[in-house]
Amino acid sequence: MRRVLPMRTLPVGDRALLVELDSGADAEALHAELLRRRAAGSLPPVREIVPAARTVLLDGLDDPAGLAALLPGWEVAAPRADTGAVVEIPVRYDGPDLAEVARAWGVSPEAAVRIHHAAEFRVAFCGFAPGFGYLTGLPERYGVPRRATPRTSVPAGSVALAGPYTGVYPRSSPGGWQLVGSTDAVLWDPEREPAALLAPGTRVRFVPRGGA
Amino acid sequence: MTDRAFCAVRAGALTCVQDEGRHGHAHLGVPRSGALDLPASRVANRLVGNPPGAAVLETTLTGCAVRPRRAVTVAVTGAPCPVSVDGRPAAWGAPVRVPAGAVLEVGAAVLGVRSYVAFAGGIAVEPVLGSRSTDLLSGLGPAPLTDGAVLPLGHPAEHYARVDAAPAPGPPRELVLRMLPGPRADWFTQNAFAALATGRYRVSAASNRIGLRTEGPALERAVHGELPSEGMVWGAVQVPPDGRPVVFLADHPTTGGYPVVGVVAGADLAAAAQAAPGTPLRFVPVRHAVRTRQAP
Repeated sequence: MRRVLPMRTLPVGDRALLVELDSGADAEALHAELLRRRAAGSLPPVREIVPAARTVLLDGLDDPAGLAALLPGWEVAAPRADTGAVVEIPVRYDGPDLAEVARAWGVSPEAAVRIHHAAEFRVAFCGFAPGFGYLTGLPERYGVPRRATPRTSVPAGSVALAGPYTGVYPRSSPGGWQLVGSTDAVLWDPEREPAALLAPGTRVRFVPRGGA
Repeated sequence: MTDRAFCAVRAGALTCVQDEGRHGHAHLGVPRSGALDLPASRVANRLVGNPPGAAVLETTLTGCAVRPRRAVTVAVTGAPCPVSVDGRPAAWGAPVRVPAGAVLEVGAAVLGVRSYVAFAGGIAVEPVLGSRSTDLLSGLGPAPLTDGAVLPLGHPAEHYARVDAAPAPGPPRELVLRMLPGPRADWFTQNAFAALATGRYRVSAASNRIGLRTEGPALERAVHGELPSEGMVWGAVQVPPDGRPVVFLADHPTTGGYPVVGVVAGADLAAAAQAAPGTPLRFVPVRHAVRTRQAP
């Protein structure tokens, strides 16, 4: 099904354009459409296409205003949730914040683990660090706040929650997300092709390992 | 290792390898990086017969000293500074022949912040995702220079049209940045725009390759909500909760959650990279800016 998405186009200097949509799903749909059109050669040259929570940024455009005038008329296909390979990430649900997350959800830690690994996730967008994906897929009621005081160091491979998102820290860094588990999966390796295990649109499942 | 290499004798405060940056990976969270003063790095490359995107050294305030293992032509541009070869004064902003084993001393910046040192043949460290740039936000590319480090050089071009010297404007005493409309301009009051334009800001010592931080009045917000993360660009004027605008430079994060009030014109970003801490700073809101070919 193709439809016209409600959107607002916002100026970002004279080389870029920010498109704001009503929801993360609409942003994913527009991002997929932009990639299709770029692959088909029907998009003006653009250096970067950066999806985010409710927006898509197009950077390195010759004529942002020209594209801004065209975009709102586009018919955009709904994202197809059930296509493409699934990346499985083995997880030990041994994070120091698992009990607190379970309390916030009003369930036992064991039930919290079941809820988390039963969900099918998609990478909505990346940011924060190379290879860090913001994964959506948990039902809305399972959103959790960030920690009041961020940790100065979160170990690489930490599986963590914040707001509606799940993420995996590609390398050790400061972080304010709630840590529920850990993985040995290598999220980011510049020597590997592709370097990022997770890219926008990738489907993800977390598979429990010992320690759950 | 071949003798096509140089050794760092004095690494300086922060000296790193830069080229024109790492493009096409922002959607994976990879910053663009690259020389902060691109016009200066391109001139340095031109002076030694390199293509504009060859990798150079970018110094910070205190310069650096290196010893090439075989004779090589170099050029120093960007922030003006004393240049010498084995203690003898040499030209800034012009090709200089450094004999094998001699020490090229790139002195502290007399004006500005960042000098660029190009070597004929370019610095030939292994590229990461298509670029040799050091990315200080995410740690991609070669580590910043340390004393004793040895970096490989490429093969110089055999035939090239070289220029003898390049004119370069000195960094201004006051940094005036033209600011184009940003996506969240309407999150700020008219008072905020007045504060940006009246020149009461100074460049903060906390500035780095990620962002030019400022000291001055907090910008007044018209919208107080939280902003979901959105894509960021080089030159974005982002306003964190303390209200002091930050101008994103080449190592900026690819997404951010604070509102962007405006975007510095591409042609003004080189000046932003050369403004020393304490420099008075003013933002001039404009609707359009004349583009230059050197704008990133």
